[in-house]
Amino acid sequence: MIRRLLVMSFALTMQAAALADQPTVRVEPPQLQGSRPVEKQTETSVIRDYLQSWKSLQSALDQNQAALLDAYFVGTARDKLANTIEEQAKLGIHTRYLERSHDLQIVFYSPEGLSIQMTDTVEYDQQVLDHDKVLATKPIRRRYLVVLTPSDVRWRVRIFQAEVGSDPM
Amino acid sequence: MRFRHASVLAGLAFAFAAPMALAQGGSMSLPRTVTAGAAFSIPTTGSGKATLYIVGPGQALRRDVQMGEAATFPVGELYNAGHYLAILVGASSTDTDEFDVIPVARPETLGFLAKPSRLPVGLHNGISGAVYVFDAYHNLITAPMPVSFELSVSPGTVQSRTVTTRHGMAWTGMDSAPKEGVAKFVARAGEASSTRVIEEVPGDPCAIVISARPNAGKLEVQTAPVRDCGGNAIPDGTIVTFTETSNGRQTTVDVPLKQGIARVDMPAYKGSKISAASGVVAGNEIRWEGER
Repeated sequence: MIRRLLVMSFALTMQAAALADQPTVRVEPPQLQGSRPVEKQTETSVIRDYLQSWKSLQSALDQNQAALLDAYFVGTARDKLANTIEEQAKLGIHTRYLERSHDLQIVFYSPEGLSIQMTDTVEYDQQVLDHDKVLATKPIRRRYLVVLTPSDVRWRVRIFQAEVGSDPM
Repeated sequence: MRFRHASVLAGLAFAFAAPMALAQGGSMSLPRTVTAGAAFSIPTTGSGKATLYIVGPGQALRRDVQMGEAATFPVGELYNAGHYLAILVGASSTDTDEFDVIPVARPETLGFLAKPSRLPVGLHNGISGAVYVFDAYHNLITAPMPVSFELSVSPGTVQSRTVTTRHGMAWTGMDSAPKEGVAKFVARAGEASSTRVIEEVPGDPCAIVISARPNAGKLEVQTAPVRDCGGNAIPDGTIVTFTETSNGRQTTVDVPLKQGIARVDMPAYKGSKISAASGVVAGNEIRWEGER
């Protein structure tokens, strides 16, 4: 009985910890200004794939492994992140991006369905480590401009860029 | 009570000690923004050696710094737009701050998505063009700027529009021309331009007119030259279906257009009805009553 209670308690704790690691996500109604309307199914899959791209970015920049970007990044966004990973590895550092919240809004969906542009006001902690030593941790709030394009099985991030003067903390 | 006094003393000691440590360890003064690829420097205070890291999703740099001097970065060293942390690591202290790298204001390249590459003439808003404006380092230029779109089929047939970018992107819809031809679709922002070629082809036939005449015991049926509603010749190879109905029997023949005309020989049954169609367009019907 005690053992069962312990197992249940552990499971609940793990679940709570897992939930605590998840960023809060808020999705604003699209503001498309005349371009093609976004179907609900498309919006859901774009947002799902974009949030997954953050997981892929986190792992890649923390482990300095550019291959971890491949599933969710393509083109310029992938090239720039891969370049950063190469530089980090040369310097013996790695970076943890611990996302806390996303505030997303689709701002353009091209008429032929080949690109979707989103803004994401994201809050995260950026932690830079020299091997295992933490050099600094800083909470950041920035608005990112993101362009995603469809591939065989998912939407992939093609442009990923923080906007300047976008509401720093 | 004793604990509270101890806490206050410790707090005071920290309040005085912290700036001293910073003064000994050093600090830096960051620019709030740096233009991508431009030279810049970060002045530092203090003494001794330190390491300066600049880290963001776009780039990671390191400099050995003599504190009290400025760390300098030459042209082209930090070029990816975005948000960066600067971390000055001294022997006894660390100073951390953040800044942004902004895109160069001058457009260098355009990401131009023009669709479709081939479409029928006379379609309202049938062509779409979306432009992403980039600087020389392939940063998206997010400051609003005008982008001009121009679609020309032949000299004198030009549609043009100017759209201001929003979040680095501008888009427009254009009509396909009434006459067939190869259109040039050009987007321009500043000195940068990009061209796409769009083939505008005839639309569906506007009408099909057939005539018949006897020829060696058969009926030679042929269309008049088949055109769309803009007068453009429908391309050779387009299928015209001829149908002959006689005494409840139906005969169907598919014939491709050759030099704009479809021609077929059909059985000459007295009282038969012959018609032709292509796509959704049906032509006139002929009733063959035999030779007179």
